[in-house]
Amino acid sequence: MSQFVRFTIDGTECMATRGQYLVDAAKENGIYVPTLCNYPGVKPKGGCRICTVRVNGKLMTACTTPVAEGMNIECDVKDIVELRKSIIELLFIEGNHFCPACEKSGNCELQALAYRFRMLVPRFPYQFPLRKVDASHPRIIKEQNRCILCKRCIRAIKDEHGKSIFAYRRRSLSVEVVVDPKLGKQLTEELAQKAMDVCPVGSIIVKEKGFITPIGERKYDNAPIGSDIENMQITTL
Amino acid sequence: MKTAVRKILDKYSKDKTRLMDILIDVQSEFGFIPRDITVEIADDLGMSEVDVDQTISFYHFFSQKPRGRYQIFLNNSAVANMMGQAEVALTFMKELGIKINEVTPDGLVGLFETSCIGMNDQEPAAIINNHIFTKLTPFRAKEIVRDIKEGKSMDDMVVADYGDGENRSDLIKSVVTNNIRKLGPILDRNYKVGQAIEKITKMTPEQVIDEVKKSNIRGRGGAGFPTGLKWEFCRNAAGEKKYIFCNADEGEPGTFKDRVILTERPRLLFEGMVVAGYAVGATEGILYIRHEYKYLQQYLESILAKARETNYLGKNIQGKKGFNFEIRIQFGAGAYVCGEESALIESAEGKRGEPRDRPPFPVEKGYMDMPTVVNNVETLCSVVKVILNGGDWYKSFGTTESTGTKLLSISGDCKFPGVYEVAWGFSINDILDMVGTGKDEVQAIQVGGPSGAIIAANEFNRILGYEDLATGGSLIIVGKNREILNDLVLNFTEFFIEESCGSCSTCRIVPTLLKDKLVKILNARGVKQDIDDMVDWGRILKASRCGLGQTAANPILSSIKNFRHLYEEKIQKNKIFDSGFDLSAAVKESCKATGRIPNI
Repeated sequence: MSQFVRFTIDGTECMATRGQYLVDAAKENGIYVPTLCNYPGVKPKGGCRICTVRVNGKLMTACTTPVAEGMNIECDVKDIVELRKSIIELLFIEGNHFCPACEKSGNCELQALAYRFRMLVPRFPYQFPLRKVDASHPRIIKEQNRCILCKRCIRAIKDEHGKSIFAYRRRSLSVEVVVDPKLGKQLTEELAQKAMDVCPVGSIIVKEKGFITPIGERKYDNAPIGSDIENMQITTL
Repeated sequence: MKTAVRKILDKYSKDKTRLMDILIDVQSEFGFIPRDITVEIADDLGMSEVDVDQTISFYHFFSQKPRGRYQIFLNNSAVANMMGQAEVALTFMKELGIKINEVTPDGLVGLFETSCIGMNDQEPAAIINNHIFTKLTPFRAKEIVRDIKEGKSMDDMVVADYGDGENRSDLIKSVVTNNIRKLGPILDRNYKVGQAIEKITKMTPEQVIDEVKKSNIRGRGGAGFPTGLKWEFCRNAAGEKKYIFCNADEGEPGTFKDRVILTERPRLLFEGMVVAGYAVGATEGILYIRHEYKYLQQYLESILAKARETNYLGKNIQGKKGFNFEIRIQFGAGAYVCGEESALIESAEGKRGEPRDRPPFPVEKGYMDMPTVVNNVETLCSVVKVILNGGDWYKSFGTTESTGTKLLSISGDCKFPGVYEVAWGFSINDILDMVGTGKDEVQAIQVGGPSGAIIAANEFNRILGYEDLATGGSLIIVGKNREILNDLVLNFTEFFIEESCGSCSTCRIVPTLLKDKLVKILNARGVKQDIDDMVDWGRILKASRCGLGQTAANPILSSIKNFRHLYEEKIQKNKIFDSGFDLSAAVKESCKATGRIPNI
């Protein structure tokens, strides 16, 4: 069996290493598949559904599906782009996201995706949920109003024994990501920073570090999310 | 307190994959799971508190606050409501002086609601301290409250005669009735234990798989994947250990046939698991049963013990060297989504019942990351008959596409609710005749539970089968006087909201938005745009990870498709927009407090 597989994305012939996740395989071919709950180096968990593509006629998440020979992938097609946009809107109306007052503005992936998808007013009614801010831990603030429940922190941040510091609580609409009362107190400076970096939105903020990078010099201040992949020089395999 | 917890932890060898069992035992010992015990469990299992907490807080039957010495769970399924649940609930509330989700101040009784408990043919029903109470009336509710206050034991609270068949046996002693209305080749009473096992000891595993493939039997849980193929994939998958799961989590509102099999034909089911184990090369079977059926535990354990004694389980089964198979029972703790096979596996590993991403499929990487077959109760029972009588015999029932028979759970507005075994290809019209319901009395039929479809009389000539109306077997008959949108569609949509695991953005958020639209229409504030929005927004759910999310809009979408006039009757014809927001109601309280008159 060859190490490489051939497949198409929106008709473009692509090539990638067998078993690679679609999102990475697309990236190597200079094609950006929008993601939100996915994080490099962390086991994917297909939660946000934004990377949904149509593989051989079936909706699949690009972050969890390994690429296979002959796959016919639809990515940048009207109904799927519309689906992604509606998911971004859903995440906005589900929580309380006030970008101008948020420490993460400009570094926020949700905000950047909203710009990329030209979201104006969400089609869904705002839910205005009553959520709390957990500032009880010495190094971090867990801002539940902004949490999009992507599980990145849950999956990426563990203590030295592999124990979870962040976890889901409850289910359905009342699900939330909470911080372990004991381990949250022992969080090192390094892990706290990592947690903030892993969070795609402003739900995990290291105390007194929120505005270290000035507005205007932040990740998505000058170029839209995904443009780094689209402008990448492709090295042929 | 400490010693009791220690004992429970030791019972499961401090194995964190047995967290469900540990928590079930703690919940039953203390009536709830106190925080200090959560911390103790976490420390002993080498987990963080939030990791234990995320499992506890996921399941409906676990509680972190005291829920009373008597915990009453009233079923709030659509059929329970149709049969008068509201009156019963009101009586309980009045007699106890509490509302739903409250506990009496003396800590004696807690009153809660729960999703369908698999008793749709004998509603209204309730679970009190793991005992089932059926056919409740306001009178009966008063009696129960009186008995509780008098401190009667659970056994003494049962005033009716025990149900039929094994429900009367010493190890069950329940008022639940089987209501088997039609026997067929699977439920057939001439079953003799062990014949299939004896037969396969003379066959190779490949021959067993071939026979099952020949029968063309497809999974009976609803998805309809060919069973023989599933077994073959698992047999061919690499893994040092393989597992057979029986999915007895039947949570689809309106289905209860697995409960009847578990009561009347458990030996047949276990034999099916052994056959599957032999075919696949698995050495361990796990029967995952919903918590609602806890009352069957002792009975099922006794049957497993007997099977071990007679060497239908254990080592070198029936003298066949190397044919080893064991079965253990795993209870759930109240979560519909655990009926999804990968969520069920997660749950059996002690975690939240969140579906996994596929691929990989369980046959490659399932329980403990090992190749795993998950089969429905009915599928495993059917396989025993396939082995005994041959695949060709099995194919003589049903249609070309859908071979064999299907157990139907029929409830709602009909004379004879219960379990019927019919060959695939049976039409809805035949079903109505069979259950004693005139066509002029029926408004609609909900086929396949909330995740299925609601159909009207013009489709009653359709047949049950994978080629037409595929179903896991739940059929709810809806009489002429029912308000479909309120009694069924709203109830089902609330069910999906309650039962979402919450991990996909789509399934977590969209059903609530749909429900709000539906309520707006029911409140006569809807406009045509609301119907269009529901159709558009419902489609978003197709991008969800599992079947629950993908079908969560089905009650709304299928009723808009087949009963659109019910929506159109309720919307405002002269308006194109209505915010649905009632300003005068919203400011009523503050106006009262300040003595102002709303300026609207």
